[in-house]
Amino acid sequence: MKYIYSFALFFTMIAFVSSCKKEVQGRTDKTGALTPLNIDLNAGTWKPILLTGPTEFTVAAPIATTSPDYIIQISEIKTWQSTITEKERELVDYWSAGAVLRWNEILRELVAKHNLPPYQNADGTYPFPNANNPLAYPQFPFANPPYAARAYAYVSAAQYDALVAAFHYKKLYNRPAPYKVDASIQSLIPQSDLPSYPSEDAVVAGAASEMMKLLFPGDQDFIQQKAEEHKRARLIGGANVRSDLEAGEALGRQVAQKFIVRARGDRAGAAAGTQAQWTQFETDAVAKGETPWISLDVPKRPPMLPLFGKVKTWLFDSLTMVTTLRPSPPPSTKSDQFKKETEEILSYSKNITREQIRIVHFWADGVATYTPPGHWNAIAADDFISQRFSEVRWARNMALLNMSLMDASVACWDAKFFYFNPRPSQVNPEIKTTTGLPNFPSYTSGHSTFSGAASTILGYLIPGKKDVYEAMAREASISRMYGAIHYRSDCEAGLICGNKVGAYAIQRAQTDGAQ
Amino acid sequence: MLLIFISASWRSSAQTDIDAIMMEKNAFCAGGMYTYSTWKNYWEGTLKRNNANIGSITTQMIGVMGNYGVGKKLNLLFNIPYITTKASAGTLHGMSGVQDLSLMIKYRPINKKIGDARLAVFGIAGGSTPLTNYVADFLPLSIGSGSTTAMARLMLDYYYNSKWFATASATYVYRSNIKIDRTSYYTDELILSNEVEMPNAATFNVRAGYRTQWWIAEAVFNNWTTLGGFDMTRNNMPFPSNRMNATSLGINLKYVLKKVPQLSLTGGVNQIIAGRNMGQSLTANGGVFYVFDLARKSTKSNHNKQ
Repeated sequence: MKYIYSFALFFTMIAFVSSCKKEVQGRTDKTGALTPLNIDLNAGTWKPILLTGPTEFTVAAPIATTSPDYIIQISEIKTWQSTITEKERELVDYWSAGAVLRWNEILRELVAKHNLPPYQNADGTYPFPNANNPLAYPQFPFANPPYAARAYAYVSAAQYDALVAAFHYKKLYNRPAPYKVDASIQSLIPQSDLPSYPSEDAVVAGAASEMMKLLFPGDQDFIQQKAEEHKRARLIGGANVRSDLEAGEALGRQVAQKFIVRARGDRAGAAAGTQAQWTQFETDAVAKGETPWISLDVPKRPPMLPLFGKVKTWLFDSLTMVTTLRPSPPPSTKSDQFKKETEEILSYSKNITREQIRIVHFWADGVATYTPPGHWNAIAADDFISQRFSEVRWARNMALLNMSLMDASVACWDAKFFYFNPRPSQVNPEIKTTTGLPNFPSYTSGHSTFSGAASTILGYLIPGKKDVYEAMAREASISRMYGAIHYRSDCEAGLICGNKVGAYAIQRAQTDGAQ
Repeated sequence: MLLIFISASWRSSAQTDIDAIMMEKNAFCAGGMYTYSTWKNYWEGTLKRNNANIGSITTQMIGVMGNYGVGKKLNLLFNIPYITTKASAGTLHGMSGVQDLSLMIKYRPINKKIGDARLAVFGIAGGSTPLTNYVADFLPLSIGSGSTTAMARLMLDYYYNSKWFATASATYVYRSNIKIDRTSYYTDELILSNEVEMPNAATFNVRAGYRTQWWIAEAVFNNWTTLGGFDMTRNNMPFPSNRMNATSLGINLKYVLKKVPQLSLTGGVNQIIAGRNMGQSLTANGGVFYVFDLARKSTKSNHNKQ
């Protein structure tokens, strides 16, 4: 009999242990509702990026809040609110943390999902993702760092321009929020004096979803579902009536169309290059007397987006990039300096400490992650939350950050393929890496360039954290040496180039009217 | 990918937490074991493939282990492995270090003679925890999962004619969440945290063969099933919370030296025959064990008591 007791105890323990809650909560899962310190009512006067002005797209005057149609829209909210479920309440809370924040997170999620290098063909060549057949393997896109940087930039910039236009019309039409028109509407979100037509949330959702359908065409259903949820959350929350949302979404989509036209012509579509171009890089490096970069993937993989350095930038023109931003040449592969730097990386490879591995992995942002630009978006988002920016200021700051990151990737890829320098493990196979070896030339370091740019603009936007951002950038940069995938010259030149890119973003920030 | 999560289930027939051997009261069996494991093919989700960018992954392990007889019915066991990993191709750096301490309580409430046979029932409980801050998130070269585990096992042993035996066990393994060095990761969604939810696991083990005071020869079937987790996507890297499953077959031998009956030698091999998000390891091991009689009453062999 006593056995029965001991076994009963035994299985009770199992049941107890196996029921332990383990669900992980994300940092922003429970972020509270955005209550801006300043509603930025005059943001309609801020300088847009692509729009000629805030009225380039017309938003029709809203119907009067006394009209029968408006009353019907008010009762729609009441119906939702009278039957609200726990799930719907969660949705309202989730979206109330901020439209720009949530769409930035959704974008980061899609980048991480798609940041996977294609598997080779049977003959040792590699297939390329096809935007016209995005669900066939390899799925479109391969959201590698340049692709991701470009995606973040377009989505952020389109959101910003759309919000500038929206704020113009908000002030012009000055339609109050539903809870101000009808006191029996509950506001499940913080009340605001910002006019509600057109809805800033719907503007962001419209611009983001339209842009993201171009960038992630295989995920249209997912994107559309998020946009629907977002709009519904604002309706249920009492923040907007349907006509606020419809006008906002339409405006967002129209503005996005203008960015889509730019994206189709920005030369990113040709960035993968051709076999002839890949060979030319090698030939040119050999002609200069240098050891050319060789892919260490097996089978050898064509370099990642070798012509991305030709993509149209946001903050400076292509001439500036060559004359001002392209770093001077790296140490010759035949020089003593180069040998010395290779030795240094060998020593990091052999003697790496646990703390250095932590730093390598903290900043690695490799396969299946949201990439280094995404990491800087995450860093910015965490800080923007505590800054309590308005939606339009969120969008402006994200646009400045992401235009910097994209331009940094263009400048970095220009240098990488202009110099076509080999990786440390190529010149000395003894050099083993504590993170994946990227499949493109070494000079300059992408992480360093991204981080130099991001830390510069973020240090301007949040001056109190300037030193923190600079220290983070230095750590991100040196992490690539610890990881044994970059030489010191790559990292130093990358940081400087990134800082310069960031300075162009500061110039824009000083003159965009948002100060 | 990981032999190491499940190595405990595969240790050859020494006095372990997964066999029917009990130490007498005050006897302490201590030993060391060397394990060599290698795989070239692995399952990416359910798709079997190889990868020229890593070649073969080799894991070597030196384990120090012991089993103390509190009484005939109650034994305490421990194990501490030092592990080193290496990839034969590509640039990825191997890892090494002391992995997890495991501690087990092995209790045999029932040991009944039924005709020519003897039936024993065991309850085993224990757990493991990392002894060092090793890197869990660098698969397939990590030396462990970084998780603290608790496990409970029910085991039956049938022993016929003092020669033939069959032992079957089922185990539930609770695995604590782990912290990794990065602040976000993608499973089938993006998680903005450095904490990873580790799915629990279940194992089934059947071993059968010949067992006397001097010899054990056994065949072992083992299955490890992760209860949850996600599949690696195409050409992705493995992740600690993948749904890692493995089924293996193996054989073990143990020999007790007649001249020095305190001393025994063990050896074994096993092969993973089916898996998911794991390397298809072939594993071989060898060990030496010595039984100390802490009560100094007897010099007889205490190895294969049941």
